[in-house]
Amino acid sequence: MTILTIGLVLLLLLVVFGLLFRLQLLTAIFSGSTNRDIGTSNRVNALLMLVFMVAGGGLFFWSFAENYGKMNPPIASVHGHAMESMFWTTMIVIGIAFVITHVLLFTYAYKYQHKEGRRAYFFSHNNKLEVIWTIIPAIVMASLIFAGWKAWTRITGPAPKDSVVVELMGKQFNWLVRYPGRDLKLGVINYRLIDASNDFGFDLSDKAAMDDFTAGEVHVPKGHPVLIKIRARDVLHAVYMPQFRVQMYAVPGMPTRFWFTPTITTEEMRAKLGNPKFNYELACNQICGKAHYAMKMNIIVEEPEDYQAWFAAQKPNSQNADLMASFKQMSQQTGLGKGGSKGAKASAIEEAGETPEADTQTSIEAPAQPLAAQTAM
Amino acid sequence: MATTLPVSAQSQGGIGTAPVPHTEHDEHLHEHEHHDQHWLWKYVFSQDHKMIARQFLISGMVWAVIGGVLSSLFRLQLGWPTATLEWLQPLLGKWIEGGKLNPEFYLALVTMHGTIMVFFVLTAGLSGTFSNFLIPLQVGARDMASGFMNMLSYWFFFVSSVIMFASLFLETGPAAAGWTIYPPLSALPQAIPGSGMGMTMWLVSMVFFIISQLLGGVNYVTTVINLRTRGMSMSKLPLTIWAFFLTAILGILSFPVLFAAALLLVFDRSFGTSFFLSDIYIAGQALHNQGGSPVLFQHLFWFLGHPEVYIVIMPAMGMVSEILATNARKPIFGYRAMIGSLIGISLLSFVVWAHHMFVTGMNPFLGSVFMFLTLIIAVPSGVKVFNWLATLWRGNIRFTTAMMFSIGFVSLFISGGLTGIILGNATLDIQMHNTYFVVAHFHLVMGSAAFFGLFAGVYHWFPKMFGRMMDEKLGYVHFWLTFIGVYLVFMPMHYVGIAGFPRRYYSWTGFDAFSQFADLNKFISTAAILAFFAQFVFIFNFVYSIFRGRRATENPWNSNTLEWTTPVNPGHGNWPGEIPAVYRWPYDYSKPGAELDYIPQNVPYSQTQSSNLPYEREMAE
Repeated sequence: MTILTIGLVLLLLLVVFGLLFRLQLLTAIFSGSTNRDIGTSNRVNALLMLVFMVAGGGLFFWSFAENYGKMNPPIASVHGHAMESMFWTTMIVIGIAFVITHVLLFTYAYKYQHKEGRRAYFFSHNNKLEVIWTIIPAIVMASLIFAGWKAWTRITGPAPKDSVVVELMGKQFNWLVRYPGRDLKLGVINYRLIDASNDFGFDLSDKAAMDDFTAGEVHVPKGHPVLIKIRARDVLHAVYMPQFRVQMYAVPGMPTRFWFTPTITTEEMRAKLGNPKFNYELACNQICGKAHYAMKMNIIVEEPEDYQAWFAAQKPNSQNADLMASFKQMSQQTGLGKGGSKGAKASAIEEAGETPEADTQTSIEAPAQPLAAQTAM
Repeated sequence: MATTLPVSAQSQGGIGTAPVPHTEHDEHLHEHEHHDQHWLWKYVFSQDHKMIARQFLISGMVWAVIGGVLSSLFRLQLGWPTATLEWLQPLLGKWIEGGKLNPEFYLALVTMHGTIMVFFVLTAGLSGTFSNFLIPLQVGARDMASGFMNMLSYWFFFVSSVIMFASLFLETGPAAAGWTIYPPLSALPQAIPGSGMGMTMWLVSMVFFIISQLLGGVNYVTTVINLRTRGMSMSKLPLTIWAFFLTAILGILSFPVLFAAALLLVFDRSFGTSFFLSDIYIAGQALHNQGGSPVLFQHLFWFLGHPEVYIVIMPAMGMVSEILATNARKPIFGYRAMIGSLIGISLLSFVVWAHHMFVTGMNPFLGSVFMFLTLIIAVPSGVKVFNWLATLWRGNIRFTTAMMFSIGFVSLFISGGLTGIILGNATLDIQMHNTYFVVAHFHLVMGSAAFFGLFAGVYHWFPKMFGRMMDEKLGYVHFWLTFIGVYLVFMPMHYVGIAGFPRRYYSWTGFDAFSQFADLNKFISTAAILAFFAQFVFIFNFVYSIFRGRRATENPWNSNTLEWTTPVNPGHGNWPGEIPAVYRWPYDYSKPGAELDYIPQNVPYSQTQSSNLPYEREMAE
């Protein structure tokens, strides 16, 4: 019924529209304006160009200012501040270019509208002008590139050696988290060992895996570098933490990483925003299927002492009876997970490339005891 | 037919070639025209480039409406995530059970909207239409180098369209892994049902599409190189032709890479290979695939994907240059710089692809290199914008509908292009990647701008295509509604993007961080749906004018290029008599001393003594 009504209304509108069109066409023919080459509509459109610039431009800047407060996610990481200022500097640069070019475009359109008897200025090129407007953007671009490149190398450079290590694994449709445990080494995992009780595919014949532990949310200490190691176990996902200005794909078969230093604890941020329910959120930002939009996990930033207490209270894999039983069964079934197996070794080598050893020579900070190690003591 | 003429009958380019009349073959051709053609050969399996162009245009319009409907559907979901849309049940059936859009179907809508708009509308519909229509007419050729291949190009596109359209009605839904079809999601039906038959049909359809593009591209390049009329040197070509020519080259070089990627993906999907798959545990099962790399696919995809956005925008740039010059009654400013910047953009477009991949785990050093190359591309783009502005300066502007859309194009290209400076910066891309900022950016710079180029082209060349004029008043209504609509949709979208809203989200209500812009999303959706409906003004105008529009004259815009020297309804072979020879560049508008404010390309200098520049005086003698 509704469909029928909507259809009828649309049909009637079309008929009205058609009649109106016919009417204006006939009046135009009778008034003879169809014979004129350039008529009133030229002036009207020229004026509308100007009106569009003023009204549209005004509306844009007003709405931008109006929404400015809402469009800035709070920043809670060290590199986030640098990115933020670079973002708004670039916005100002492109804003200037935006205003200049648009003012020229619309005022020229208005000012140089057709006038009877005037002839356009035959102006085919001017090398000086062209060189100027090639070189100026080139210089601006070069400086933006330089600033961007410097920040990019710093942000993507090796993580400080004393970083707290967390591993995130994306799967349809949630995140898995594991910590290296007291030995500060992430143990070997093998996707063939995954089953209901062993989400990560821990190879427990590797000693380093025994004290790893998994968690339901991400805990990180404030003011301390955090290295996130990232994996995916089915399709692509992306780790996206808007308040920390962190984003990196999670790729099956290819571990990735991102490091950052959180600067504000969850509690502090709650007080700052006046929102007692606030949580830092981890979102998936690469299309991954049905519940892509619901792959959320909370991130808790704590004072280092609280983080250490939390860390110490976690139960390592070796105390997880379900996991141990499941691993035993899987390794019997598949013949994998014998520690010395080819797959486990290959996986361990791959992992070695990611461990602090590789970072030693290039580390930008003096070697320090990782925070987690302090906990262990 | 024209296509069977020996090549020697078509004269080669080159300045100062003595005009040799080809009366003999021209008469021969004339005879042929009198044979009554069966409608099947005239309208369906036509080898006439003008008919093929119209076929591409109308197919493109049908696709654009479908693509628009899909976007309206998902904008309904994004604007009113909690509403029940039972009234859509008759259209969508099981995909909207209980008035709630199925999240997997939502992803399918997004995927198909992208695929349709990028490939079927803005590649086939835009370049297919105008490269076909304008290349032979503007270079002065009877037809394309191979009319038969040209016909095949359309029919491969048609087959591709049929397959893609059919995939919309599959039980498991069409492809749903995003238009970029990143594996493993696109490779595994266990991951999303759309990656079953839907993805298979997507890939098959794209294979036909690529063949169509290559057949078309080879033809465009050959025609421009070999079939230019007497005097039409490369430095006298209209900018439209330069743009189509370079676009065709981009297509020829980049589409085969997509073909390779698609082929390898087919292997992974159907024959158990591991090009893009590794270490996957899905649906309770560990897959055997090892050693593949999903990032490899992204490299292959974007090696096409990035030139593709220039394939979409360059024809629009060419047409806009032509229309701005014609209607400002001024030469295009910096003709050589315009060609140079087109060439610069074409070259650079092949070395910037990985800026889509800054945060995919690619080596950060590679990121630095691609950031550098990407931001360089802003320079030739900037040159183009400044030259367009300089073309308007001290002009005598006629606001034809085509002119309005061309000015709109420049505005949208600026607005969308500038944000590319942010996204091309790897550091800023960490935050902006895959957010609505990206969506807003590319919808302005290559989506809307290319659409504006398409509209400008249709309004401008409609008289030559159909022998009648489109209604100007309706055109103005269409322009203002669309121009305002586009800005109302995409400007606020930047705000949502800066706030970090991820794209391809079915709903944002689950996140604290993405909860603040519900009203703005409602606003964007409303504007988008209204702007979509405004397009029916155009469709009405188009269809009405084909049958009832005012009759056109030969050269209604007082334009200089060769297509306007043909009769109102040019037959197969384009010129009833001899092909005109070309003596001058196409932008002699408002030349001092000339009688009229335009001098067509086929007027020799000897006839325009009063307006010749010093060096032209020598050539006239």
